[in-house]
Amino acid sequence: MKVLVGGHARGRVLLSGQPINFLGMVDKRTGVIRDESHDMHGERMAGRVLVFPYGIGSSVGAYTIHSIWAQGVAPAAMICRRADLTVATGCAAAGIPMAVADEAELAGLRNGAVVDVDLDAGTIRAA
Amino acid sequence: MMLTPAEEAALAGEHGEVMRVAHRILVATGEATGAERLVPVQWVHLSGVNYNTIGDAGEEFLRSIRDEARVRVPTTLNPMGYDVDNAKQYGITDEFMRKQQSIQESYAMMGVRTSFTCIPYDVHPIPERGTQVAFAESNAAIHANSLDGLRTNKESAFSALASALTGKSPDGGLRRDMPPDATVTMAVPDPTELEWGMLGYFAGRVCDAHAAIPGRRPDARSCKALCGGMGTSGTCGRFSFGASGGERVEFDVQEARGVRDELNTAEDGDVIVLGSPQLSYKELVDLTNKLRGRRFTKECMVFCPRTAKDKAIQTGHAAILERAGCSLLADCCACLSPLITAERADSVITNSIKGAYYMGKSGGVGVRLKPLNDIVGDHAA
Repeated sequence: MKVLVGGHARGRVLLSGQPINFLGMVDKRTGVIRDESHDMHGERMAGRVLVFPYGIGSSVGAYTIHSIWAQGVAPAAMICRRADLTVATGCAAAGIPMAVADEAELAGLRNGAVVDVDLDAGTIRAA
Repeated sequence: MMLTPAEEAALAGEHGEVMRVAHRILVATGEATGAERLVPVQWVHLSGVNYNTIGDAGEEFLRSIRDEARVRVPTTLNPMGYDVDNAKQYGITDEFMRKQQSIQESYAMMGVRTSFTCIPYDVHPIPERGTQVAFAESNAAIHANSLDGLRTNKESAFSALASALTGKSPDGGLRRDMPPDATVTMAVPDPTELEWGMLGYFAGRVCDAHAAIPGRRPDARSCKALCGGMGTSGTCGRFSFGASGGERVEFDVQEARGVRDELNTAEDGDVIVLGSPQLSYKELVDLTNKLRGRRFTKECMVFCPRTAKDKAIQTGHAAILERAGCSLLADCCACLSPLITAERADSVITNSIKGAYYMGKSGGVGVRLKPLNDIVGDHAA
């Protein structure tokens, strides 16, 4: 696991198999994924440990991540399969713990399970 | 990534909250790009300016840091939402203008030069080859790496801002020499700038970081189209003319048709849109020469930097362009513009792949793609 933004969080896993375009797909006020073709359509990100492949689309999407954090509806942590600068810098600006992990490290994560993410220690554990 | 003791102290918050967050952004950027340390940059170009894209959250964020944040290196700025000379004509609301002015004031207070251009390479002097810069505008980052001999990653709005506030950027990614991911050969006969833009769009999907393009550099218009197209479709941030390496892929009429099928969504257009990326002063002069004695039969919106518009006014080219049916729009650009909406136009005619992507996919406007010579030939009398 590679930690991009340190910190500690606990929350229910929101597991997506699809990349997320924060500028285009996420409601800035509610943190709900509003793209109807997305596998997490209608889900609220607030307080969740968001696990997804990587971010896509305009780098201005970093502002969206900061915005949902400022509104109090951001994920508690984000775990991606691949690093991209939009998600990395959006999380860094907001102070949302964020890491890149490989398939084996993510294998045990189930959608809805409560996990404890300690990115200062570099661990994700069932809570 | 290794930080110096001074950088560690800033990350720990010893130099205030703004510097703490800026260093947190640089560390995340460094880890994402496989960097080992921070290196000085000599010039930063920021995105995150147009109120239409950053919205209230962006406006509030910039307002919240502007008393404390100061740039440490020369920093220039992407286009905003409108040209103040004619914003009312295009229905820009007072509310939009208030928010846009606040964004402009925030950047000015931080010491940013409010140049409002997406073609900094045509507006500002280019530093010597090998200079490290940090450009967030994708076409400008690609131009810097591929045609100007500068070094930058395709920065995000925040990584570029963090570089402006610290004068540093992580040394990973495209700041290092990387072999090409693939060789993309232009096989369309006698390509116009439209096909070069399409090749860029195609190569951006084939290559993650670096594309080799055999053959010689085409003219400046085609080079800009290539940078704009490539920046739109993926993460690729550099191309090299005359190079080869990796998988070999041809860009032939069939691949061009693939891009056209995706982005050309209308038979014709109500408005002609030129300048995505913005047109330089030289391109304004060139357009004047092409139009001499003729007039567009439809409205033609021409996006350019303020410096280009001012110079064109002084030299008389602006007056000729206006008589030929062009509206000169400074400080803004066709992408994500509040000036081009589905309410104002069902469809547009443009020679820009980048413009087609944003006006079509984000603006919901139909797009007819044509090279500039055909646009003038078909729509000026």
